[in-house]
Amino acid sequence: MDEAAALGSPAVGPVELGDLLVQVARGDQDAFAAMYERVVGPVFGLVRSVLRDPSQSEEVTQEVLVEVWRVAARFDPAKGTAMTWVMTLAHRRAVDRVRSEQSASDRELRAAQLSGSRDYDHVVEQVEARLEREQVRRCLRTLTQIQRQSVTLAYYKGLTYREVAELLSQPLGTVKTRLRDGLIRLRDCLGVQG
Amino acid sequence: MKTAELHTLTGAYALDAVSGDEREEFEKHLRACSFCAQEVAELRATAARLGQAVSEQPPAELRERVLRRIGEVRQESPGGRVAEEAASVRAPRGRPRSWHIWALAACVAAAGALGGVAVWQHQEAQDARQRSERAQDRAEALARVLSASDAKAVPGAELPGGGSGTVVLSQSQNRAALVVSGMPAPPKGKVYQLWLNDGGRMRPAGLMPPGSGSEAALLEGKLDGASGMGVTVEPDGGSPQPTSEPVMLVDFPA
Ligand SMILES: [Zn+2]
Repeated sequence: MDEAAALGSPAVGPVELGDLLVQVARGDQDAFAAMYERVVGPVFGLVRSVLRDPSQSEEVTQEVLVEVWRVAARFDPAKGTAMTWVMTLAHRRAVDRVRSEQSASDRELRAAQLSGSRDYDHVVEQVEARLEREQVRRCLRTLTQIQRQSVTLAYYKGLTYREVAELLSQPLGTVKTRLRDGLIRLRDCLGVQG
Repeated sequence: MKTAELHTLTGAYALDAVSGDEREEFEKHLRACSFCAQEVAELRATAARLGQAVSEQPPAELRERVLRRIGEVRQESPGGRVAEEAASVRAPRGRPRSWHIWALAACVAAAGALGGVAVWQHQEAQDARQRSERAQDRAEALARVLSASDAKAVPGAELPGGGSGTVVLSQSQNRAALVVSGMPAPPKGKVYQLWLNDGGRMRPAGLMPPGSGSEAALLEGKLDGASGMGVTVEPDGGSPQPTSEPVMLVDFPA
């Protein structure tokens, strides 16, 4: 078989995730199965990072994927990539779960646990150690310490910026600003477009 | 929360790090502020990269369960979809950079409660190919001031003959911009000149671009500790020192 010709044929190339999602929106279950393979790792990894508990993470991952199936028609390729759309849904779902399940006092306890024996630096390190993508790791290193801690605790641990502020003993406004300028720096470092 | 503060919430919002109430309030703001919508889209795409970096395979049984489940769940149809989730509120991609200026200036104007301001950019009216390097530099510098993370909106006084202005300050950029709305055209043969106030001494800071009363203009020169700014009416081409009473005078917060 002529490899070059095969590679040049669009039929052999990997299908864009966005195209799959468009097919999913039309009720194509095979397209959904193909999409599942592509997104389940990132979705589960992110959900697990926020929720920690493995069985709860599985449950929420299932919810996210079923939600993707249900509302696939809302995906608009002109407004961003399919992966971003799926990951946004996954993060929102994981964070909503962690916040609805924990009463205020639980959350305080959680914050205390984070700041206590296993201090947040350790948490941040743990997360960083799990980062598989070299580029993300490299770009995270370009942030200031407060930017990196704020972004990491908010995104990977699902904390609100208020909780982050308490944990890092920083003014609210500072954390709000660091989340924004930290992400902007990451955006530029990773070369992300909207 | 003041609108000027809302502009800085894009990061926290993109990371789902806001409370339920703030989320609601900010989503309302997002529908009106295309600058923030664009920024949120970019920051979400950035966050998604962070998420992908911790990818982890779940137990294989999950696949079976999910595939079975979708056979039972009815999909939303494209036509009958409910009000679009805020998650998909995004500005169109691929706009020219200068578009940000328009969008943000509109937000900033709203922050000063100037409602319904159409922002006008002098160079926007010209053919893009004819734009001078300098105009582009200025447009970019203006965009940087308006989008600086430390940008502060300082409402100015009402202008005589209607209209009003808001000064946007960025200490990190060491620059200021003026966003005006409904400013009457200057008398024939005259221009509006901008000044920075160095403790009582007025330093020339450029001319308002002619032609419209609703626009955003970058003040020329650096803030360098200026205590305020002013606008006067001057003969065409401007003056080295103010020759008339200011039509607007704004003190910067210390
Ligand atoms: Zn805004």
